[in-house]
Amino acid sequence: MRAWLRHHRQAFAAALGKLLAQKSATLLNALVIGVVLALPAGGHVLLANLLAVTQRFSPEPQLSLFLQAAATKAESDAVAARLRADTRVAAARFVPREEALKSLRATEGLAEVVAALGQNPLPDAFVVRARDAAPEALDALARDLRLLGGVAHVQVDSAWARRLAAIAATGRIAIGVLAALLAVGLVAVTFNTIRLQILTHAEEIEVSRLIGATDGYIARPFYYFGFAQGVAGGLVALAILWLGLSALNVGVQELASSYGSTFRLGFPGAADALSILAFAGLLGWLGSYMSVSVHLRQIT
Amino acid sequence: MISFSGVSKRYPGGHEVLSDVSFALEAGELAFVVGRSGAGKSTLLKLIPAIERPSAGTVLVNGQNVGALRRAALPYLRRNLGLVFQDQKLLYDRCVYDNVVLPLAFSDHSPREAERRARAALDKVGLLGRERASPVQLSGGEQQRLAIARAVVNRPAILVADEPTANLDAESARGILDIFFAFNQVGVTVLIATHDEATLAGYAGRVLRLAAGRLLP
Repeated sequence: MRAWLRHHRQAFAAALGKLLAQKSATLLNALVIGVVLALPAGGHVLLANLLAVTQRFSPEPQLSLFLQAAATKAESDAVAARLRADTRVAAARFVPREEALKSLRATEGLAEVVAALGQNPLPDAFVVRARDAAPEALDALARDLRLLGGVAHVQVDSAWARRLAAIAATGRIAIGVLAALLAVGLVAVTFNTIRLQILTHAEEIEVSRLIGATDGYIARPFYYFGFAQGVAGGLVALAILWLGLSALNVGVQELASSYGSTFRLGFPGAADALSILAFAGLLGWLGSYMSVSVHLRQIT
Repeated sequence: MISFSGVSKRYPGGHEVLSDVSFALEAGELAFVVGRSGAGKSTLLKLIPAIERPSAGTVLVNGQNVGALRRAALPYLRRNLGLVFQDQKLLYDRCVYDNVVLPLAFSDHSPREAERRARAALDKVGLLGRERASPVQLSGGEQQRLAIARAVVNRPAILVADEPTANLDAESARGILDIFFAFNQVGVTVLIATHDEATLAGYAGRVLRLAAGRLLP
């Protein structure tokens, strides 16, 4: 066990030694891998930010039913009774105009606007949660509710959130496809780098084999090399992400503040950063494994 | 210890290099395979560590049919053999010490033990003190000594050397053969291939004569 660990330590040290011995080549390879990885990783981070925004709003099948400003208590009670009786309605909550104003006042950046209004312009309302989330069912319910006496307007609240979620899902698929394609490219880059390494060390490999080295012993430094090169590329990708998000945040911050928001694009967390490094290392290892499998056999 | 039984070797294309070769070497024996260039000496020696596989017949090393060994088993066979190659196969981008210690890198010896063995091997061939030299700084004879040191560093029971005195002057060749003789004196089985039978004068060893791939009686 101790010897096995020593062999791995030596192989890792040999791989690092080779990486450091060819600084410019290592740096260029890490840059290529970093740029390749930064594209899907950046897309993933932007999508995660977008999803975080959409999750603030309820994607539940919800409608807002606004009563006319002049609606009477009797009309309001009739609407409430009608909603309770409708089997398509899962729940309905009455929101008095005072509560709506209070809520609006609490919304960032709108307190001054509300104060300037003088009187409450908001109507009484019902927040209605439908049983069926299908767009057709929601539209039919909204259409029927619009016909009730004292109702001014019915709005399907969750439609835009659903559309955004659909866009996000499409984006996630696109990023997945892009990541898969670029991963193939990354594996190819490592495959070729290791091929050159094997050719450079062909004599040493041949001699080592003749005097008793196993293929595993010979291959190990190349695996570590591929893995370390991948991780180096992952670090470059993280640096690119950090720089890119920092630059984007300048504009995002300005845009968000114009809406009275303090929203910023979030940076990848420790788990995400580790995932990127692990993914990069794994792809590097895979490229080296494939290259070693093909090219080591050619040295006899 | 080493046994050839009806061994033939035919390369792709039909050229038969060895034909029905049979002999046996006992433990601790010293033997020379002699013959002209192209007689099949190198091929015969390459069959022992399974660098080549026989087309027919059986090669046994320590009772193991090496011709039938799986590829994954070959390293373990080769670690128990001391091999000196015709072209030495030294690593010229590494120093003397790194060349000698190489076979110990993939064995289970601790670094301290590996260093001790490497120094002992270099001492035996008279290269102690030249550890940090590059092989290119060594003379032909010294390079051959270095190849021998690498072959014996694992303390093998069998030493196989292909033309170890080729391209050396008579004095250097004698020095090399003396080293092999010294290893044989301590019980190592030694098999040396050479085309120059004259250099063997004075060494009490068995001579196997090869001509056109056949062992002469």
